[in-house]
Order: sequence, then structure tokens, then C-alpha cells
Amino acid sequence: MDNIFAYSFMLKAFAAAVLIAAAAPCIGLPIVLKRFSAIGDAASHSALGGIAFGLLIGINPIIGAVLFSVAAVFGIEGLRKRFGSYSEIATVIVMSAGIGLTAVLSGFIKNGSANISSFMFGSIVAISDFELILTVILCAVIIGVTLLLYKEIFAITFDEEAAGLCGIPVKAVNFVLMLLTALTVSVASRIVGALMISSLLVIPTAAAMLVSGSYRGTLARSIVFAELFTISGLFISYYFDLRPGGTIVLIGTAVLAAAALLKKRK
Amino acid sequence: MNEEIIRVENLTFEYPDTAVLKNVNFTLYKGDFLGIIGANGAGKSTLIKLILGLLPYDAGRITLFGTELSRVRSRIGYVSQKANSFNSDFPATVLEVVRANLFSSKGLFRRYTKEDNARAEHALALVGMTEYKDKLIGSLSGGQQQRVFIARALVSEPELLLMDEPTVGIDAASVREIMSIIKKLNSGGITMIMTNHDTPALLDAADKLLIFCEHGYEEFVNRSDLSLERVSSILAGKRVHKHG
Ligand SMILES: Nc1ncnc2c1ncn2[C@@H]1O[C@H](COP(=O)(O)OP(=O)(O)OP(=O)(O)O)[C@@H](O)[C@H]1O
Ligand SMILES: [Mg+2]
Repeated sequence: MDNIFAYSFMLKAFAAAVLIAAAAPCIGLPIVLKRFSAIGDAASHSALGGIAFGLLIGINPIIGAVLFSVAAVFGIEGLRKRFGSYSEIATVIVMSAGIGLTAVLSGFIKNGSANISSFMFGSIVAISDFELILTVILCAVIIGVTLLLYKEIFAITFDEEAAGLCGIPVKAVNFVLMLLTALTVSVASRIVGALMISSLLVIPTAAAMLVSGSYRGTLARSIVFAELFTISGLFISYYFDLRPGGTIVLIGTAVLAAAALLKKRK
Repeated sequence: MNEEIIRVENLTFEYPDTAVLKNVNFTLYKGDFLGIIGANGAGKSTLIKLILGLLPYDAGRITLFGTELSRVRSRIGYVSQKANSFNSDFPATVLEVVRANLFSSKGLFRRYTKEDNARAEHALALVGMTEYKDKLIGSLSGGQQQRVFIARALVSEPELLLMDEPTVGIDAASVREIMSIIKKLNSGGITMIMTNHDTPALLDAADKLLIFCEHGYEEFVNRSDLSLERVSSILAGKRVHKHG
């Protein structure tokens, strides 16, 4: 077997993967607990539109993804209120718009489908220096802010009304959470691909919830799971010549299924 | 003179197509225990939400601790009618849930300290739930959860505690225990406002009553010499003289 770390592109891939795996659950946990995990899908499909837009006008696709997914999450927030307790409709509408936009925009790009598909399914080994730096910055922001707002995010996730009554600026914290969701989705689209983004947001959290006895423990374990899935996924995909994004997702779902079965037995 | 905690003057509120409260008046002093009685939909929860600022009122005035709500928020505790309608598999321990209400004394960004945990444990001790502090909130029974939500409301050491049906869906023995905890807190000086469909339990604990009558007006009475029958007849719409 050759040495996986002999290649600088693999080193970059690992660096990006470790960072994203630490950042994604910080957002994944609150959005799952708020029963809002579908927002990850809507944002990622819109991010795909942004990627197509970026490729079309010649800016970095991740920047395009950031712009479009930010617009998407706030579009969802705006629409949600109109549907009252059926607010998940808003998520589906925005997701559809994102897919439509991607389809139309990619028609104008030379080599459109090849380029877009590298973002749909992830292309972490093709990550550029600029993208690595962008990933470092965005992940640092995501991890830093969610740690700073740890108790506020917990309180809002558990009981928004009670959080507001004890003085927590609920709207502002929710706004930050939405913004960070968009950022997370944008950077993670590079690694696992936009179509599989929920895997990094939801699966580690879901697995951690099965085996944890506190919020803090769930957060810690979800990061451990995410690291486990992405690092082992990168190794396995390298040595067996598989697509990294898909491999990471499949490992995650396999571990989740095993954890669920074990839990049932108990 | 006893410290005035809350004064409600000519409070009026309506939802877009339902008039709910019209000219409600009452004043409570430190250590008072107000019981709110009325049928489903009478406006009990609405009144509590108005006091908490969760709804804006149309007319009238609510004065809390002699000033406006925004300056005294941290002195008020609240146990919601829907407190235990959280997602039952939410991964949070009892201690984590109770601690969350310490925000007002901590502020943004600050991390929890050992002292914060001690305060949360103290609040849990008040409701007899210390030994459950590391259990998942969803793994407790309804009555135990309700005690935890009372502890959460108590952790910031409020001087006024609003409770919207804190004993709903709880077995009779636990109701008695919770009511005795609440009475003890009240004799310790916390002013109480509580709604409850268990009128006898409320008559036993409260020293003032706000009764929402069937015909859409309210009576504020001192509980002192009110019998259950008398309360029922007021509920049914037989007017008593104000402050009778
Ligand atoms: N969000 C709302 N929009 C419109 N009307 C409402 C809303 N919430 C409550 N109402 C109406 O206001 C009235 C008072 O409701 P409220 O919840 O205060 O009653 P309650 O006395 O607490 O009843 P319960 O004993 O069932 O808790 C009811 O007629 C109800 O239909
Ligand atoms: Mg009510």
C-alpha cells in the first residue's frame, strides 16, 4: 500500500475534512433538535445554484454557494411565518427553487454537468489552497460562535419562549444559527457534496443522540462520530478508489443503523 | 406598608375576533397568592401572557414592582401551561434544563460555573428533585417534569411566580405534594399567581381570587371567607360587590 499522506492533495483533503467534521455537528445538533434539519437540504440545493452561478460568472463556487444558501435560509425564515404550524412547506419551496435554479444555470456553463456534479457528490481531493483557507476561516467562525453561544443555543433549542422570558435575544440567536447553517452547508458541499450534506449535519447527531445522556454529551459525541465517519471514509475511499463523499455517508448510515439496533436490544 | 408587586388597571385585550379581557383590575402585595379561576377559554392564560409581555395589551396598564416589565424581568418566574410539551426525546439532563434559566444573571457568552450548578441544584432541592439532576428530562414522569419546570422558574430566585395550571395531568398525591411545595415557597415570601382547574386545591392555597364568570366579566375577591359553593355561584355569573 502506498502512503496516503505522500500527496499534498490528500493532506489538504484531511485538513478540510477534520475541520468540517468538527464544525458540522455544532450546527447539526441544534437544527435537528429544533426539528428543522430539512433546512440543511434546502440550503444545500440552493448552494448548488450558487455554485452554478459562481462557475458561470467566474467567482469561486464556494463563495457563490455561501451567497445563495444564506439567501435560502432567510427565504425560508421569511416564508415560514406565512404557513404557521405547517412551516416545513417553506423548506420544500425553497429547496425546489434551488434545484430549478441549478438546472437552468448549469445549462449555460461550459462543461456544466461535469463541474456541477463534482459539487453534488463532493470533490474534497480537488480542494484548492484558496478553498482550504476559506474552509479554515468558515469552520473557525462556526465552531467559535457556537461555543460562545453554547448556553443561548441550548436554551432556545429546548424552549424558545422560556429563553425569551429570561432575556435571551431569541431572534438574534436564531438569525446567527441560520447564517451558520448556510455557511456550514456551503463549506460542506465541497467535501461530501451538496446532495449528501444532511449526512454530516444529521447522521452524527442522530447517532450521538442514541448513545448520550445529556446535551453536552450529545454534542461531544456527535463531533467524535463526524470525525470518525469522515476520516475513515477518506482512508477507505482512497485505498479502494471510491468516491469520498459517498463513502463517508455510507459509513455514517451503517454506524447509525448499528447503534439503533444495539439501542433497541437494550 | 407591604410592598406592591403587581398592579393591573383597566386591562383590556382581544384577539382579532375574540374579545377576551375587559377592564380587569387587581393589585397584589408581597406574599399574596392569587388564584385565577374560570372555564376553558375564559382568558386565564391570556392574562398571564399579558403580564409576562408575551402579548401586547390593547388598553389599560400593568405595573410590576412599581415600574415597567422590561426593567424587572429577572424578578419574575413562569411555569407555562405547555411547559412539558417539549420534544420528549430531547437529550438534556434535568440540571441542564434548570440551569438554562440562569441567563438573566449571567448575560451573553458567559460560561456556566460551579456556582451556577450549585444554584440549579438548590432549586431542584426546593422541589425535591435533587437526585434526578443527571437524568434525561424526557425519562421523568409528568409530575416529576412539572417539578423540574417549577425548579427552572425558581432558579433565578424570582419574587413573583406565575404558574399556568402547574398540576394539570398529575396524579392526586403528586398534586398535593406540589401544592404544598408552592405554599411553602409562598410563605417564604414569593408572590404567586396561579391558574388551576382544581378549584378546591386553589381555594386552599390562595388568599385572593380572580374569577372569570360565564357572562364575560371578572370578579376580584379576597378569598378569606369564600366557600366552594359561593365560588361556583360567582363563576355562574352571580355578581358580588367588587372586593367583597
Ligand atoms: N392565538 C390565539 N388567536 C386567537 N384567539 C385565541 C388565541 N389564543 C387564545 N385565543 C382565544 O382567547 C380566549 C382565551 O384563551 P385562553 O387560552 O386565555 O383561555 P384559558 O382561560 O387559559 O383556557 P384554558 O382553561 O383552556 O387554559 C379563548 O376564547 C381562545 O379561543
Ligand atoms: Mg389556559
